[in-house]
Amino acid sequence: MSNSTVPVLEMQNVEKHFGGVHAIDNFSLKIEKGQIHGLIGPNGAGKTTIFNNITGIYAPDSGKILLNGRDITGNKPYKVAQLGIGRTFQNIRLFSNLSVLDNVMIASNLDASYNLPQAVFKTKKYREHEKFLAEKAVELLDVVGLADKVNEKASSLPYGHQRKLEIARAMALNPELLLLDEPAAGMNEEESLDLVNFVHEIRERFNITILMIEHHMDVVTGLCDFCTVLNFGKTIATGTPAEVKSNPEVIKAYLGGTD
Amino acid sequence: MLEFLNNINAQFCGFFGINSYMQGVVVMVCINIIAVLGMSILTGFTRLFSFGNAGFMSIGAYTAAILTVEFHVNFLIAIILGALFAGFIAYLLGSITLRLKGDYFLITCLGFGECVRVLFNYTKDLTGGSAGYPGIPNYSNMLFCVVCVILAFFLAWRLIHSKYGRNLTAIRENELAAEAVGVDAFRFKRMSFTVSAIYAGWAGALYAGYLMYIVPASFNLAKSCELITTTVIGGLGSLTGSVLGAIIVTILPEIFRSLSNYRMLIYSLAVILIIMFKPSGLYGYKEFSLKRFCRGIKKFFLTLGNFFKGAGKKKATADGEEGSSHE
Repeated sequence: MSNSTVPVLEMQNVEKHFGGVHAIDNFSLKIEKGQIHGLIGPNGAGKTTIFNNITGIYAPDSGKILLNGRDITGNKPYKVAQLGIGRTFQNIRLFSNLSVLDNVMIASNLDASYNLPQAVFKTKKYREHEKFLAEKAVELLDVVGLADKVNEKASSLPYGHQRKLEIARAMALNPELLLLDEPAAGMNEEESLDLVNFVHEIRERFNITILMIEHHMDVVTGLCDFCTVLNFGKTIATGTPAEVKSNPEVIKAYLGGTD
Repeated sequence: MLEFLNNINAQFCGFFGINSYMQGVVVMVCINIIAVLGMSILTGFTRLFSFGNAGFMSIGAYTAAILTVEFHVNFLIAIILGALFAGFIAYLLGSITLRLKGDYFLITCLGFGECVRVLFNYTKDLTGGSAGYPGIPNYSNMLFCVVCVILAFFLAWRLIHSKYGRNLTAIRENELAAEAVGVDAFRFKRMSFTVSAIYAGWAGALYAGYLMYIVPASFNLAKSCELITTTVIGGLGSLTGSVLGAIIVTILPEIFRSLSNYRMLIYSLAVILIIMFKPSGLYGYKEFSLKRFCRGIKKFFLTLGNFFKGAGKKKATADGEEGSSHE
């Protein structure tokens, strides 16, 4: 269905105001299939607001958001997820009291098409689907390196593993597009490097398109094919990480400068 | 059919020597278990608090009562219709109120429960008003109620251990994350609310058939609170815990009859103690498992054994010291 000429995600002149504040101002973006696109900018630049507009937590005031050419502007969050956008959160949001396996299985519930009576009587369809979900979940956990922890409580995992579990959970949706909100937050250099390799691996394996918010410049340079720099809701630069880094506007935004 | 079932029950109870008082206790336990199971699905697994489930109980009770008395409907069908009607009302109510966030849903439920009670008080022609509704056939015998409990538990268990149950727990754990993985939170909350009302209606219908006479006042706020309290005591997230909670909360007042005036006081103390020492309830998020139970027993006896061994040793050394000091 996805034509190579149709970008996986396209945002056209999206605007979002909160009262008088222009959280996002005339924002446009195109991400081709298989790309990793970075979204960078100082705090309060509107990066997470862009994520929230894509995933339907907010509806944009104007503009359009297209997923594989399909208009998803203003859809509800669960609908956006069902259409194929998986996401992680800046402050990890796992189902803390559930097992690692259940965390991933919940996200692949959409693959199970049995109905309530079939679940009550445990028909063949129910058993097959449940088995498939569990196998798929274990497979995904194997990819992220948590296969030996399936029965552990999600909240008992160390921080880095929780991040990976959240990514595995997002991948269980079979998404077209993966949104990562500061995946390297709170990680040291070594862990960040590990994350870079990990995200590369995910991309190779699932041929997935990724849009990520990130502050660590080494992660951005290590991962992103392109990036967009925001400041006060405005796009101030786009290009490859190397181009962006040498852009005077960007340097000014980050280091401050005389106006 | 009713006579036939009552006969079987009488024979069974006669054979095992269960007197009518015991039967009554078992029936009340069963009724409470069914209502609490519904509460457990709603509060334990979806984390929605409803102070209106006594209202749904009364809807089930009055529907079944009126159907059997006025329209001579078979009691089985009357119970099913009573439960489904309560569920239908919950579906409508949930459609309006479940979009509210936080405490507002709880408050609307509380209001709803009181409205239903007052409504039944005023519709004298249909429900007999506050004088009550008499003459309901006695269909809730002990065996029938036990069968109902087994069925109710079985259905709840299968529901919770399917994708539906997983979606409910996802909403409980983190609604935003649940939506982000494609769970339509509103729809599943409404499902949970409806199922819980069906269970409450079912319990109410059995209640009507046991007492043969119902008054709106028995489905008041205190009853709703009792249901929530029981669920919290049993464990928010455990069906077996809820069953245990219902058994304890129903039987304890029977044992301590003389203290029954202080029931609410003891409830509140129990809740405070549970919240202080075991905030997740008796069973927490775990279900009862025979294996773990046996392991627990084993561990208990081992510790007990060690304790006595240790105490014995201590005593021996103490004796020795005593002996030496005497010398």
